[in-house]
Order: sequence, then structure tokens, then C-alpha cells
Amino acid sequence: MPGKLKAKIVAGRHLPVMDRASDLTDAFVEVKFGNTTFKTDVYHKSLNPQWNSEWFKFEVDDEDLQDEPLQVTVLDHDTYSANDAIGKVYIDIDPLLCSEAASDISGWFPIYDTIHGIRGEINILVKVELFNDLNRFRQSSCGVKFFCTTSIPQCYRAVMVHGFVEELVVNEDPEYQWIDRIRTPRASNEARQRLISLMSGELQRKIGLKVLEMGGNAVVGYLQCFDLEGESGLVVRAIGTACTLDKLSCGSAPSTSTHMHPNTAPASNACSSPSKDGKEPLFGEDLPSSSGPPTPFRALPTSSSSPPPFSPFKPCSRQSSSSDTDLSLTPKTGMGSGGSGGKEAGPLKTLLRQQTQTALEQRGASSGLLLNVREFPFFTLTSFPPGFLVHVGGVVSARSVKLLDRIHNPALGNTRSYKLLDWNSVTADEPETRDAWWEEIRQEIKSHAKALGCHAVVGYNESTSICEEVCILSASGTAAILNARYMREGCLDIGSTDHRFEEPSPPSCGFCHIPYDEFNMPFPAQLTYCCHCRRQKVPDVLFTTIDLPPDAAVTGKGCLIQARLCRLKKKAQGEVNATAISNLLPFMEYELHTQLMNKLKLRSMNALFGLHIQISVGENMLLGLASATGVYLTALPAPGGIQIAGKSPGDLSNEHHILTIQKRITDTIAKNKELYQINTPKLFTLDPEVNGGINMVLSMELTEEVVGSPIPESRQRTRLFRSHSESSDELSELDLSHGKKDAFVLEMDDTDAVENIHFLLTDASPPTGFYSCNTEIMPGIYNWTSGVQMFTSVRVLRLSNANLTNQGLNKIFTDLCENLLKSFYFKLRSMIPCCLCHLKFTVAVPEEELIQVTVTAVSMTFDKNQIQEKLTDKPITKGSSETEEQLQFPLELSADLSSTSTQPSSKISGVPENTSVSPRAASVDYGSFADRCSTWLELLRLKAHTIRRGSVKTISSLERCSPLPEGRSRSLRSSRSSGGSSVTVVRMTPLSFLPGTNIIKYLGIINMFFIRETTSLREEGGVSGFLHAFIAEVFAMVRAHVAALGGNALAQCLINVSGDAVICVRETDQEPTSSTTNIGQTCSSGADGAT
Amino acid sequence: MAVELDVFVGNTTIMDEEVYQLWLDGYSVNDAVKVRMEGGVLEEFEASADVLLSDTMDQYRTFQMCERLLHSPTKLANQLLFQIPPHRQAILIERYYAFDDAFVREVLGKKLSKGTKKDLDDISAKTGVTLKSCRRQFDNFKRVFKVVEELKGPLVENIRQHFLLSDKLARDYAAIVFFANNRFETGKRKLQYLTFQDFAFCAGQLINNWTVGALDSMVEDMDVDLDKEFLQDLKELRILITDKDLLDQHKSLVCTALRGKTKAFNEMEANFKNLSRGLVNIAAKLTNTKDVRDFFIDLVEKVCTFLKKCSFFFHKCCKQRQAVQPKFSDACASLSRRRCDVTSPPTFSPSLLSLAVQTDGQLRT
Repeated sequence: MPGKLKAKIVAGRHLPVMDRASDLTDAFVEVKFGNTTFKTDVYHKSLNPQWNSEWFKFEVDDEDLQDEPLQVTVLDHDTYSANDAIGKVYIDIDPLLCSEAASDISGWFPIYDTIHGIRGEINILVKVELFNDLNRFRQSSCGVKFFCTTSIPQCYRAVMVHGFVEELVVNEDPEYQWIDRIRTPRASNEARQRLISLMSGELQRKIGLKVLEMGGNAVVGYLQCFDLEGESGLVVRAIGTACTLDKLSCGSAPSTSTHMHPNTAPASNACSSPSKDGKEPLFGEDLPSSSGPPTPFRALPTSSSSPPPFSPFKPCSRQSSSSDTDLSLTPKTGMGSGGSGGKEAGPLKTLLRQQTQTALEQRGASSGLLLNVREFPFFTLTSFPPGFLVHVGGVVSARSVKLLDRIHNPALGNTRSYKLLDWNSVTADEPETRDAWWEEIRQEIKSHAKALGCHAVVGYNESTSICEEVCILSASGTAAILNARYMREGCLDIGSTDHRFEEPSPPSCGFCHIPYDEFNMPFPAQLTYCCHCRRQKVPDVLFTTIDLPPDAAVTGKGCLIQARLCRLKKKAQGEVNATAISNLLPFMEYELHTQLMNKLKLRSMNALFGLHIQISVGENMLLGLASATGVYLTALPAPGGIQIAGKSPGDLSNEHHILTIQKRITDTIAKNKELYQINTPKLFTLDPEVNGGINMVLSMELTEEVVGSPIPESRQRTRLFRSHSESSDELSELDLSHGKKDAFVLEMDDTDAVENIHFLLTDASPPTGFYSCNTEIMPGIYNWTSGVQMFTSVRVLRLSNANLTNQGLNKIFTDLCENLLKSFYFKLRSMIPCCLCHLKFTVAVPEEELIQVTVTAVSMTFDKNQIQEKLTDKPITKGSSETEEQLQFPLELSADLSSTSTQPSSKISGVPENTSVSPRAASVDYGSFADRCSTWLELLRLKAHTIRRGSVKTISSLERCSPLPEGRSRSLRSSRSSGGSSVTVVRMTPLSFLPGTNIIKYLGIINMFFIRETTSLREEGGVSGFLHAFIAEVFAMVRAHVAALGGNALAQCLINVSGDAVICVRETDQEPTSSTTNIGQTCSSGADGAT
Repeated sequence: MAVELDVFVGNTTIMDEEVYQLWLDGYSVNDAVKVRMEGGVLEEFEASADVLLSDTMDQYRTFQMCERLLHSPTKLANQLLFQIPPHRQAILIERYYAFDDAFVREVLGKKLSKGTKKDLDDISAKTGVTLKSCRRQFDNFKRVFKVVEELKGPLVENIRQHFLLSDKLARDYAAIVFFANNRFETGKRKLQYLTFQDFAFCAGQLINNWTVGALDSMVEDMDVDLDKEFLQDLKELRILITDKDLLDQHKSLVCTALRGKTKAFNEMEANFKNLSRGLVNIAAKLTNTKDVRDFFIDLVEKVCTFLKKCSFFFHKCCKQRQAVQPKFSDACASLSRRRCDVTSPPTFSPSLLSLAVQTDGQLRT
């Protein structure tokens, strides 16, 4: 499909003064696409030139259309000297390539210069005419739609979900080329900007091709990441989920089109059927023990070496660096698991594992799942059409430490040769190396999922952290069983409501039911019958990376739970460094997990959603941050309390101390219950004192705390014990309630442990009127109003004292995060009652003594009435003795739920109000933001900062037929003020979603990349001022591009933006006084507008 | 342990009005934090001082970035950098251009030059307005002055359009510009009791009646300059005191108009001749630039003090001034308009004082 690209330069405004003498500017514009350039006339002596040029036409191949951006350069004409550049605008044409998307791009774009920032605006009109050309061998993939949202876009329905697509493109970083030494900073920045833009275009095109091959027509949950590896290159990679989407006409409700399918039944049955190897040992035991295989988690049958059973932590065995972390740490029951099974001998395990795997495969095949066809049954989506998700196993994750290759030192890393690919022999530029790395990790993830009895991974995500030449690759997801129907062609049409009755697991709890077989659990967990349907088993705790399924039954509200951890590490180089890091990783994961679990208990919740664990490397420390949204799932058993146990029972003062702490914990739990409105039925509430009596404490440490194994000191800090009640789970339902009286026991055996407990208690809860979560919507809040505010915040902390302990660091880091949250609450206080959603924390260690935290989130207001109502309820329920009260609660909530979960599209015809809230489209999210930053001497570099914004649209038919009453820039403004009400103007928001709205049309995706550099940091107000201005500029540019896309159609209402951004800040001291800062930011955003 | 970088950017620019005011008032970040802490925001939201500091810093940065746009408020409306709801924009602009009466009183009638700017620290010390705030206000005056200077059409309207100010504020700025342009002396001790609003009222009247623009509305003229021709014509008013007949006629007309409308009528009637002479003498001198500058001093000396003495207007001086003066100008204006000659003075002269007294009566009640 070659095409004709047409561009017209209309006018400029607010241009900077380029001619000091006249205080005016003689501006003209160059329009460039590919190798063709056009110029407008010079418009003399004006800061608001009106070029009104002819249409510039480019006849191009669609491959180029996808790869290249339209480049518009504004210059100041100089008769004698060279023309001065004012700035540039890059316009990604991709959104125009979709037939049903935007028809043209027109609007005011900020003119951007890498040195000066935004300098005026320019009005441009762009159109594309495509010719049909059915070349089978085409390299382009026009027409494939990209969505950054991690759910099926609102105005579409999924006909089929094909699966995982990934691609990566590698190039040399122009910043590190020799030519960079001689060219101007501006030229170098622009080269880089352009290159990245090209690369992401290419990447997108390639992914599109893959999608077409698979037979899909769209990519959902598209995530693009930039790894700035410094000298070894620049990697742009993307993952997504290929789908076939059908556009919904406004009349048809999406809710009816996506239904539960009868087919779930076989799948779930299959899962619960006991498999032969009933006594399969608990997998959780030995996780890091596998010395040989790159995937330490032993589930891979291919691993030939059998792990020595009792030496899990010998550093030598793991120098490979692949860290493990996985199942046993993060799976749903995660830490609770324990048990004795782990002591089995290795070889036996391997054998058993193989058996399970085959069993699983057979099972999968027999139930008609086509997933095995795909190499990686991964889904980047985090929320799904109803019925798609059948069961959730738990979090699976894998990490691997790699040395980035320098071509000149082949001596490195031979020891690591068991890697799938000998990366040393390949030059760094070859994407194959990186591909292989990721392949390896994905394999590992896949095998973990298998071990959990799941055939798919949902909520899948990949990230990297780079420090010097060491790179940690991480991937995580949630093992799950999906409804095979969605994988097959045309299946959706059959689904209808009547099948619902056959559905064995009701939607509100079905996903919690264990996918694996209870006699053959992959790790030790306590199973009980589902508290909701009483038919199937559920684990006691569930960890997932996905969003809370919309139809899940939840008690009370959710809240953000974070685990934060700092670990010191010796400075080292190369291989030694990599080894050190990979040795530290499992401990960090373990501890993060412990923290999460404890905090979860402290809030008396039993499930985590949207779990994201980030570990970033610095020169002398590792930072770990795990964020998730805690929820009390009605289906899961009530969590036990936390008990403190002293090491020496005889010591009186100590005992007293323990008692006080115990009391504080109990109080906190009670307070939290009230705060989050968790009213567990009385049967399940637990009185720790009573429990203490009944329970026999099984010492069960997580995973590898097997007697005799060399446990590093740090691990001993917290020992977790799970108390186990005598009553067996298999008894009647009544007994169930008693069976739940377990408590977590924290043993205070040394000062570290005491500290840890203190940390537990220091987490401040958000002030009244605020809620926070990191998922897209807050569990337990359903009546969003139209107030939406998205924000980004960056904070860098310099550690002053060099001799910090781990504990000290932890404290600092925790305070940093807590203070950030407090700042948000304070700043957004005018929005109360509101909820901070999709809180994305990203940490980095840019330099030896710096810690950087970046947060993006959106705060949304909701109806106060609901809150007040609940608040008034509180005193009554507080007593928590009236069972009726409590029982009503969940009911009420689930009633709420079902009403909101019916999709709004039926109401499209004219009711734009809150009734049609469909928040699933929301996604605001920053991807990675790593950063390297040196004071005045070295490089300050905030790297790979991904902004992803999703958002929404709405329209009522009323609005649709009304003409656009205002100019574009105006309407942008008015859109904001008009909020969710039915005003007949174009409304836009770059935010994830506007409550009370409904997406009608997605306009496409925008990719932008910005680099900013300054020579006068001081004038810009220091680093903070500079970054502040830069972020504001990026926001402005994204808004403008979206406005241009959306503003063209009459009466379309809102715009969806989602994108990724990379920031790198560089600061070099060229002269002692002036420092150069250079920020690059990529921002790719998908803009979707609604008509 | 130090925070190296701390930035918060919202999609919709978040601005706290309280902090904005502190910023406008020229408080440093630390002082502002102190003020806010005393204000009790902290307790309300369980925030710590750190939080407040970081918030204040952020806001200050935002304001600094915005300041450039505030210099030409029309840009604020269609810039893309900050997403600010329109009503917020209006507040921002209005507050930015607001000024302290104490400060403006010091600068009123002075040339808006570098020299004056150098004296700002003295003014700051005298008025208690921070130097920063003084500078901002001064720069605002100067900026408005510069923009409006070259423009045609009604002054107030021009200001309102170019700076998107409210009507009230635009009028105040018009007064400031008018005073600065004509360099009316306002700083003398005798005039100290007059407030800016008194002057602003007079300026409004002068602009409406005495400027070139007052004559034929828009035709390429400026509201900022007094109508030379008119001032010339004022000389002819002398006849009102030199010619006995006309004086009597004038008096009777004025008295008829004012009878029963003011308590001070009797005093006025008794002293009519003196009053009238004072006014006419001032009017006749106005062709001289120096005398224009001293216009208000003369007025106060020759007319107001006299009036005061005979308790004509009680002692509410400022009110008097507001009343007398405009009507005086009104009268003169109508004079000019009609291009009346000596033969027909009685037709207009009643308005001279009668209306003044009338207004005064109204003001007092």
C-alpha cells in the first residue's frame, strides 16, 4: 500500500524573537519526509507568521510511512549567515494509516528545540491517502492497530486473542559515536531523537507484521521500552498481545458480546482432576538451588543437571546470574508455603516434574486449548473480557543478570557459556543476542507457569535495569488458565447468557480457584473451600500481576501495599559484579516478599493485584521496590493476624516489649480494617491471643530455609511461622471457619527483626478521603466522578553519610517513598474524596549515592456520598458483632459491582453520565525510569522513563451530532472544564480515562521522543526547574498531538493517549560553572479519540 | 541526606491560591512555608514540614515558569505548556496584576522609568511591601503603560483586552497610566490624605471628559493625553469672574440647581464668588504643563481647603475631592464641547458647582 502523504503549514504563533534588532523573526518552514524536503516562503518580520502554504505532497511507500515521522523544522531566515533553527515538530503518521482511525491530523503543535524547549507553536495539517496493493511480500503492516491499554479497548470486542508478540531492534547509540565529538549538541540530540523515532517506527511495523501473520488485526497492551545500554547500543523492544478485534457499532453492547463460555468447564475440571504424581514435592523449596540450568526454577524438564538438594545458595553455583525468583517466592501463597516436602532428593523431583509437565500438556491438549501452538502463551493484558480468565495460579517471575558486551573484551564470561547462546561471540549490535536473552527468560516463565498447572501467563511484563555493563532483565506475569474459546476463531459469537448456568465457577470467585491439583501442589499452600461458592478450593493468599477482575467479589476497599528494600553491595567490575548481584537477588526477592506478606496481613487483606517488583542496580547498592494493591477477596479465607514471638521467653523486659509491639500490631490491624472497611464475617476474624493457644506452630520458613542449608544472615531476620490449626480443611464447611485461625508469627530474634517490625508499623495510611492503589481502578470504589488529574513526580535523594548499613538505607528509602505519597496526598487535597490510581513507582540508582524515585499516577475523584455512607456505617459495623451487618456488606458491594460491570454501551445513546462508567480502559503508567546521575562531574542520566497513558473517550449521541463550536485550542481548555457532563464541545484528556465516559473510537498511537539539553542549568532553576519544565513540556506536546488527532472529527469527545517515555538526563561539566544537562525523553503515546 | 531533585508535574497545573498570593507578595520559599505552617494546613492534612516545603517549592517553580506568560495574558489563554482551566487563568491574571494601594500611591504620577525603579527599595521600606512585590507591581505598571501607549481607542477597553483584566482593575490601570503620562504630582504632603481610589476616580472623570478621546470617541487619538485645545478654551472661563453680570448669572444658575440638595448650600451661596474664582483660576492656567502637574495640589489648596474652612463639605475631605473635581471638569468639558463664547456662558456655568454639591450630597448620604 504505497500512499500519498500531504502536509500543509498553516501558521505559527508565539515564535521566539530571532532577530534582536527588530525584535521579530523571519520564519519559514521545512517539511521533510524520508529524503524529500519542501520549504515554505519566508514570512518576514512576524512572531505570528501566516504561511498558509500549498499542500506538500510526498509519494511514499507504506513501509516508510510506518517507520518515518514527518519532520517539520521551523527556521529563521538570515540573508547573510546560515539560517537559525527555531525548533522542530515530529509528527508520527501512524494514526492515519488505519482506515477507521483519524482521517487527518491538524492542530497547533509546540515547536520543540532540544536546547531551548518549546518555542512557539505551529499549525499543521496532515493527510494520508493510501492505495490498496495486495502484495503478499509486503514489509509493512499498515492497518494493525496498537493500543497501549492493557485491556480490550472499550469500543471493540475481542473476536480472538492470538497471543504474545515481541520484537526488538538494536542500534548504535549516536550519543556514543565518534561523530558526536565534533557535532553540536543540538545536532547530536536531533540525530538521537530521529533515530529512536525511526527505531520505534520500525519496531512497530515489525510487530504489526507478526500480528498479521498470526491473523490478528490489533495489538493490545503494547509496551515499548528503551534500554540505553550506553556504549553497547540502544535497544528498543516491545511486547504486546495480538488480537483480532471487532469494532462495535454504538448500539451493540460490549458486555453481551463477551461472555462466559461453556468451555470453561472442561478446562477447570481438568485442572482440578488429580494427577498421578500426587506426592509431588513442594516446588517452593529449592528454588535457587539449581546450579546449572539457566532457569533455576527446576520446572524445566530439559535441565539435565539435577540440582543438589541442599546447597541452594552456594554462590559458585550461580554465577551465571540468572536469578531466580520465582514461583516459590511470589506465587500466591508465596511465603506461606512451607511444609516438609522440600527435602526430597533432587533427581526424583526432576522426574516428577517431567511427569507433571507432560500431564499438563496432555491436559491442555485434551481440553482443546490451542495454546501450545504458540511458543509463549503470554498476554500483556491485565484485565480481560468476562469469562476469559478461568483460574489464576499466582505470580511467576524470572530475572537474569547479564553483562553487556563490549566487543573488545572477549575474555569475559566464558564461565557463563552454558547460556543458551554464547553471547560473547556475538557483537553487541546483533539483536539476536538480546533476543536470546529474553527467550531464555520467557522459557523460564513459561516453565514456572506450567509448574503452577497453568497454561498461560497474563499481565506479563518485561523490564531491565542497567548499571554500567551489568544488566538485570526481569519478566513477570501471572500464571493463569484462560478460556480456550477466545483463542479460537469465531467462538465468541456462540457465547450467550444461558451458558452461564453451566459455568462451574461463578465469575465473582472462579478465578481464585486453584488451577493446580490440590494433592500435587507446586508449593505448599493452605487450601480451603472457596468462601464464596464453597465448591472449589482456594489458596489462602493470592498474588497476581493483573488488575482485579471486574466481577470479582471484594470486601471493603483496596489499598496500595509497598515493600521497599535497599541492599548494599560491594563495588565491583564486570563478572564479579554480576555474580555479586545475582547472589543478592534471591534474598532481595525473598525479603520483599516477606514484607509484602506481612503488610498484607497487617491490613487484613488476602490478595494482591497488580504486583510489580522492580529491582534496580546501582554501583554500590541494589534497590528493590514491590508495589501492589491489596484487596480482601471475599472468596479467600480471612487472613490470620500477626504474632510476635520473642526469642528468649524468660526475659521479662523483653516480654513486655513484645507485648507492646503485639498490641500495636493488633491495633493497627483493627484500625486498618476499619479504614478499608473490611468487615469480615465474625467467624473468620481472628483473635490472636486465642489462636496462640490452639495453634501449633509449624516452623515453616519459606522456601529454602531448610535445616542445614547455609542461610545467609540476612535471611534470618524474619522468620515466618505459620500456625496451623488442627482441623483439617477437608472437613465440612462449618469447620472451615475454624480452620482459618492461623496467625503469622514474627519472631524477634535480633535487633534487625525488631527494626523490621517497626517498618511494618511505620507505613502511614492515607489521610481521610484518600485511597491509593496501583491497579487501574480502586477495588471497592465504583462511583467515579469526572475529576481526573494525572501527574508525574520525580525525587532524587543524595545519601550523605557514606557508611550506611542496610537498615539505615532501608529506612531512608522507605521514608522517601512514604514522603512522596504524603506529598501527593497533600497536593491533591483539593480533590478529596479521591483515589490515586495506577500509582507507578520506579526506582533507580543513578549514581553511587543517589536514589531516584519516579512516580506517575492519576487521581480520580469519586462520589462522596458513597464514602460518607460508608463512613457512617462504620461505627455500626465497628462493633462487628452483628453478623447480619457484615454479611450484608459484601452483598451490597457485589450488587454494586454487577451494576457497574454491565457495560455502558447500551447507554451510549445519550447518557454520558456516571452510569456509564467503564473504567477498564484506564491505563496510566510509567514504565521504567532508570537514571544515572552524577553531580557535576559525570553523567546525569535519567533513563528509560516510560510514560504510558491510557485514556478514554466518551460520547453521547447528543454530542456527536452537534458541531464543534470552538477552535481547537479553546476546546482543549473547555474540555477540561466541562468534565463529564454532556457539553457539546470537544473534550480531551490525556488521562487514562474520564469517568462517566465511553470510548467510541481509537485514533491510533503516537510515538514521540524528546531530548532536552541545556547549557544554562542555573537559569533554568537548577535541575529541578529544568526537569519540571521538561516534563511540563512533554505533557504539553502529548496533549497537542492528541488534540490534533482528535480535534478533526466533528464532535468527537475524548482522546485516549497512551505511550511510553524515556528520559535520559545527562549532565556534564564542561566548564566548572555551567553544566550541561541533556534529557531525552521518548514518549510514545497512543492517541485514541472518540466520535 | 539531601533531596537533590524534587519535581511534581500534574497534567492540569495545580496551583494553590494561598501559595500564589505568598509568591506574589514576594515571600521567599522558607518564609512562605512558615506562613503556611502557621496557617494550619499541616494539622489539617497530617503533613510534615518537608511535604510543605516540597509543595511550596514546586508551586514557586510553576509560578516562575508561568510568569513569562502572565506578562502577556492573552498568551496564557492559548499556550499549550500549562493546562489551566479558564477560571483559574482569570484568577491568576487578576491576582498577578493586582497591586497594593500603599505602593501605587507612592508611584502614582511618577515617571515609570529606571530611575523610579531604583527607588523601589525605599518605597518598599516605607510601605512595608516586599521589594520583590514592588518590582512586580512596578513592572506591571510599566508593561501596561508601554502596551497601551501606542494603541488607539479607549484606554480602559484597551487595557482590558490586552491584559484580560476585570473592569475594575482595568480602570485602575487606566488611572495609573493616565497619571504617569501626565505626571500629575501626587506625592506632596498636602495630598497625602487622598487615597489611590480618590485619584482613580478623578482620573476616570478626566479621561472621560478632558482627553482627546473624550471628544469624538475613537478617532485615532489617545485617552492618555489631555486635550490641548480644550485646555486652551478653558482660559476663556475667566470671564466668569471678571464680568460681574456673568458671575451673578452663574451664581444664580448654580444656586438654583443646588437648592435643597445640600446642607451646605448656605455656605456655598455665601462664598460662591471665592469658590468660583479659585476654580476658574486653576482652569485658566492649565495650558502650562507645570500647572497641569500641580493640578491636584492647586485644587486642594485653592478649592478644597477653602471649602473645608467654611465647612462647606464637612470634613470628609476625600469625598469632597471626589465630588468637586469631576464636576468641575465636567463643567469645563461641556464648555469646551460647545465651543461657547463669552456671550452664552450662563447656559453652562450652573453645572460648575451645582452638580458638585449635588454629588457631594449623595456621597454623604
